[in-house]
Amino acid sequence: MFEAVAFYLFAFLTIAMFSITVMTSQALYALTALAAGMIFISAFFFILGADFLGAVQIIVYTGAVMALYAFGMMFFDTTRDVKEKKGNKFIIIGLSTLAAVMVVAIFTAPLISTNMTAFYPMIEGAGNTQTVGLVLFTKYLIPFEVAAVMLLVAMIAGIVLAGKKMDLSLTLMNAEEIVEIEEKDKKVLS
Amino acid sequence: MEIGLNHYLVLSTILFAIGLVGVMRRKNLLLLFFATEILLNSVNIAFAAISHYYGDLTGQMFAFFVIAIAASELAVGLGLLIVWYKRHGNIDLDTMTSMRG
Amino acid sequence: MEIYLYIALFAPLVSSMFSALFTNTPKKQFVGIVASSLILTAFTASSILLMHILDGGEPIHVEMMTWMATGNLYIPFGFVVDQISVTMMMVVTLVSSIVHIYSIGYMDHDKGFNRFFAWLSAFVFSMMILVMSDNFAGLFIGWEGVGLCSWGLIGFWFHKEVATWAANEAFIMNRIADLGMLIGIFLVYWNTGSLQYDLAFPAMQHLDTATLTWIGIFLFVGAMGKSAQFPLHTWLADAMEGPTPVSALIHAATMVTAGVYLVIRSNELYSLIPHVGLFIASLGAFVALFAASMALVNRDMKRVIAYSTLSQLGYMFAAAGLGAYWVALFHLMAHAFFKALLFLGAGNVMHAMDNELDPFKMGGLKKVMKGTWIMMTIASLALAGVVPFAGFFSKDTILEAAFAEHHYVIYGVLLFTAGLTAFYSFRLVALIFHGEERYKIFGIHPHEAYKFMLVGMSPLLILAMIAGVFQVPFFNMVEEILGATEYHIHSHTTLWIMLVGTQVFVGIAIMYAYKKYMSQHSVPDGTSPMENSFMYKLLINQYYIPYGYEEYIVKPYNELSAVLWKVDQKVVDATVDGIANIFYSTGENTRDMQSGNLSTMLKWMVAGTVVLLSFAVVFGLAARYSDEILAILSGLGV
Repeated sequence: MFEAVAFYLFAFLTIAMFSITVMTSQALYALTALAAGMIFISAFFFILGADFLGAVQIIVYTGAVMALYAFGMMFFDTTRDVKEKKGNKFIIIGLSTLAAVMVVAIFTAPLISTNMTAFYPMIEGAGNTQTVGLVLFTKYLIPFEVAAVMLLVAMIAGIVLAGKKMDLSLTLMNAEEIVEIEEKDKKVLS
Repeated sequence: MEIGLNHYLVLSTILFAIGLVGVMRRKNLLLLFFATEILLNSVNIAFAAISHYYGDLTGQMFAFFVIAIAASELAVGLGLLIVWYKRHGNIDLDTMTSMRG
Repeated sequence: MEIYLYIALFAPLVSSMFSALFTNTPKKQFVGIVASSLILTAFTASSILLMHILDGGEPIHVEMMTWMATGNLYIPFGFVVDQISVTMMMVVTLVSSIVHIYSIGYMDHDKGFNRFFAWLSAFVFSMMILVMSDNFAGLFIGWEGVGLCSWGLIGFWFHKEVATWAANEAFIMNRIADLGMLIGIFLVYWNTGSLQYDLAFPAMQHLDTATLTWIGIFLFVGAMGKSAQFPLHTWLADAMEGPTPVSALIHAATMVTAGVYLVIRSNELYSLIPHVGLFIASLGAFVALFAASMALVNRDMKRVIAYSTLSQLGYMFAAAGLGAYWVALFHLMAHAFFKALLFLGAGNVMHAMDNELDPFKMGGLKKVMKGTWIMMTIASLALAGVVPFAGFFSKDTILEAAFAEHHYVIYGVLLFTAGLTAFYSFRLVALIFHGEERYKIFGIHPHEAYKFMLVGMSPLLILAMIAGVFQVPFFNMVEEILGATEYHIHSHTTLWIMLVGTQVFVGIAIMYAYKKYMSQHSVPDGTSPMENSFMYKLLINQYYIPYGYEEYIVKPYNELSAVLWKVDQKVVDATVDGIANIFYSTGENTRDMQSGNLSTMLKWMVAGTVVLLSFAVVFGLAARYSDEILAILSGLGV
């Protein structure tokens, strides 16, 4: 009973938030709505008993990803109104609806085999986090390590792409050289 | 009313369709990224739901990795966006047509 | 003996090809000389073959090579020299060698001198194939070949639009008739299983009359076109646009007689269907009278002679239709001689009068052109059928045949036409050579033709005079294969009355012509009462038949063609262009896929996803309900 209420409430909220994200013409509203949507999705995870996943969702998505987007918005000066294209609304809505309908048809039709066995079954008695930890560090170790490397690479890429004056190393220069550079910069800026 | 797997899958599909609308509609590249995030999240819900209803942890594992990948993709994407913005001054999709042909 | 056959057949071809090498070069005298020599060679070979046949030799058959051998159809390139074909060969080669020699002089100042000889010799070659072939297919090849060469020769001066129009008219009318002939040939093959003469004709004895009638009619339709019988006759008068040697060769002696040759060759067929023969004879008699009437008032010298050819062809068909095939062949031979002579003489006159054709503008030329005067007078006498010239023997035999077979109407018509023939021939001679010299008003200075041309024409003159003596040997030669019957008039008295009566009638006509036109003073200019009478107008406009063809056949056909051309443009072209356009516009539209615009590409991506999803749904449903689908399909019968 509670589950049903919670499900419908959060479903409605999520859909509303995400609709605002894609429909609004103001970037700030879109950002805020997206962040709210992320929180509500984590609520779903909690309902489904995936506690760890829900927590990770809040921390990573709503925390890190949204913060990054906010910085990006500040950088790109997207507080102006976004120009919308003069394209065809009907194609967009039509295509999406078609896609949705078909996916639903595929899912709700009794095509799914009911003969599925679980590979990594949940262990009774242990909490979700413990179970996740068990599976993650044994069976999914290699993907975990690879993901770590990938995050490292992404971090470095982000720094390289967005940084400036990367060819000088301030820690290896002595004080006079640093002063020289600062005065040169002042001349350029004035 | 019993909430079954189908409910979650339908919800996931609706969110995915909303994400598709956003992807097709947006001209500002940053807002396009927002729509991409919506797509990824809808899939995450589907994974988690299936994992719950079949008692299998595989779904949650996939959801983790999707989150990780989303984060790294965002970092690289924003970096590229910054470089483009510095060079061209705007991030309107209609102006990015140098690969025409 | 076969070697002579091949020489006679291929010498004209060699001549044509040799002359064809020089078509683009200016006039070269030796081209004419070489061409004439080669045709003379063919004539010599034909004469040797004639001697051979006359001495009672066997007809010569050769089969050069196989043309078609598919299934039951076997058509070889085969040639036969029997009595009929050797007669035709001799006539063709003799007249054509004389015409070749004459043309060296006539076409002296013409730029297309070499081209003329190429066409002329090609014509002779086609005619030889026509008469020497031993099957209907070879005949048809020659038939078409002479049609083509006559087109090239009538339209020889192609920069004159009248000439090209006349050439097209001749060719198209021939083509219309050829359709009938082809149907006839198909019927022959279908019913007898072979196109060879010696296999088809015996097999025809066993066919029923209806089939034979159809075959006979269709083959005669082909003959109608080639020999210009009514209603396909208008091309012959218009064909006078070509050079005069062409008229002499083609439209007097050879091509127009191809139709008669066909009927004579198929005599075994036509003997079996005498009612068709009667129709042919009646049509021939009608054409004889019809053409003679038009020649009475015509003011174009060559046209008068053309109408007389048409008239004499009517005589030949009348004879062939009545079953007197050997008489038709004999008249063909004699007619070739004096008609070619007439045309060549007319050519001399034309040359002298600076291409003027109206005899009313000439007159008194006998003082200047003695040789031509003598030749044309004798040729006209032969044409009129005055004893002892050639025409008398052949024409009178036709009249006897008609009388003896009790076809008195045909006899009457042919007799009356003989009178008309005499009248208009001598009207022409009187206007041109006698009386006042009316040409002086127009400032023309006539002179006689070159000596060698007159010398070349002399064999024809001699033959026109003496060909009558050949009648008995001819009869003996052909009686084997032409089922010749002597025509016995029941009593000698009737025969004598007929002969003498014909002569008297002809003589009166000649004298009337002389009296009327000897003293012609002025050139008629359309104001005299006779010129405005109804009969005159009718005759000079050729009974308004060409006008009728133009108005009621050619013009509607042109309109129809214009309409269909529009349909062709709008429908056919539009379809083809439409298909091309589909490709083009598909390319144009799908080019947007590569616009470089990310938004568009994302839309395409979603569209692709939708397509894939739909496949998944369809195939999934098909897999799920496969049994029911199979049941439905087998119910529909797939």
